[in-house]
Amino acid sequence: MAKVIVVTSGKGGVGKTTTSASVATGLAKRGYKTVVIDFDVGLRNLDLVMGCERRVVYDFVNVIHGEASLKQALIRDKRLANLDILPASQTRDKEALVKEGVERVLNELRKTHDYIVCDSPAGIETGAVMALYFADEAIVVTNPEVSSVRDSDRILGILSAKSKRALDGDEPIKEHLLITRYDPNRVSAGEMLSIDDIIELLGIPLAGVIPESTSVLQASNSGVPIIHDENSISGLAYQDLVERLLGEEIPIRFITPVKKGLFKRLFGT
Amino acid sequence: MAILDYLLRKRKKSAAVAKERLQIILAREHIDRSGPDYLPELKKDILKVVEKYVAIDYDKIQVTIENDGNCEILELNISLPDSSTVPLTKVRKA
Repeated sequence: MAKVIVVTSGKGGVGKTTTSASVATGLAKRGYKTVVIDFDVGLRNLDLVMGCERRVVYDFVNVIHGEASLKQALIRDKRLANLDILPASQTRDKEALVKEGVERVLNELRKTHDYIVCDSPAGIETGAVMALYFADEAIVVTNPEVSSVRDSDRILGILSAKSKRALDGDEPIKEHLLITRYDPNRVSAGEMLSIDDIIELLGIPLAGVIPESTSVLQASNSGVPIIHDENSISGLAYQDLVERLLGEEIPIRFITPVKKGLFKRLFGT
Repeated sequence: MAILDYLLRKRKKSAAVAKERLQIILAREHIDRSGPDYLPELKKDILKVVEKYVAIDYDKIQVTIENDGNCEILELNISLPDSSTVPLTKVRKA
């Protein structure tokens, strides 16, 4: 039975697209037939992060409107044969995502894929609600920062009130907390909310912590999902996240402060 | 010595401040959310009425619904500012 996972946050710029790209890639690497869908209609960006922006011909809205078949619109990942990307439309507005159309496309994908990863737009408007509406599981991406935590809490409220599972009275969406841009040094200095603080505030189980790292920007610069980078602690943390989503119990890594040497303190970062 | 106290005082770390502020605001938002849908609207309407007479903040109105056995109690709590006896027009000028 195919699983629909939404990557959501409420707040923008916290790492939803980076996470969607890496989680989908990680699941495909583990052998699952996976598709990742960009729900950010009008502000398409998943294609850039996945490095397939020049191969976009048709998009999600074209498929919903019957202007293209799903087969025509899906872009096969250049590295993994069992990973597809369904880009968002760049020209329409978010209202183009009608519930019936989204449901039809998801049902069609459920027949052919094991995992459907939905990259939600920021905010709590139609696009964001459509991305989470049909979800079985949700990854709530949160930065250790006040506005992000508050918006995540808001999204958790929407997940438990406006999703299909909530409205149908089915088993609730399985929620996973993902903390991104975590800086252990700043946490130990008392300048940043800690993992425990965020868990206590949001009250959902932790699925991963992605440490702040310069390699994330480098990965998106070159259109290669960060999870491919085995030398990056962020890439490894995403690998751990995927393992946990698949049910493995592994400890959280890269969350202890690193002491800087005198030389580094004086001359660099 | 005051200067020594000043130098040795323990400043509250900003992360602790962040957590405290979030605890308060999330609790408040949960109350708004857990009540019936009309609660926030009701609160705004009450504010409009009260505002005609006294200048108060949205913050100062607390509307909660509690279940007490077989009846629901709508509790309305408005804290008026000290200058509440001053008519609105004068408050605005001040």
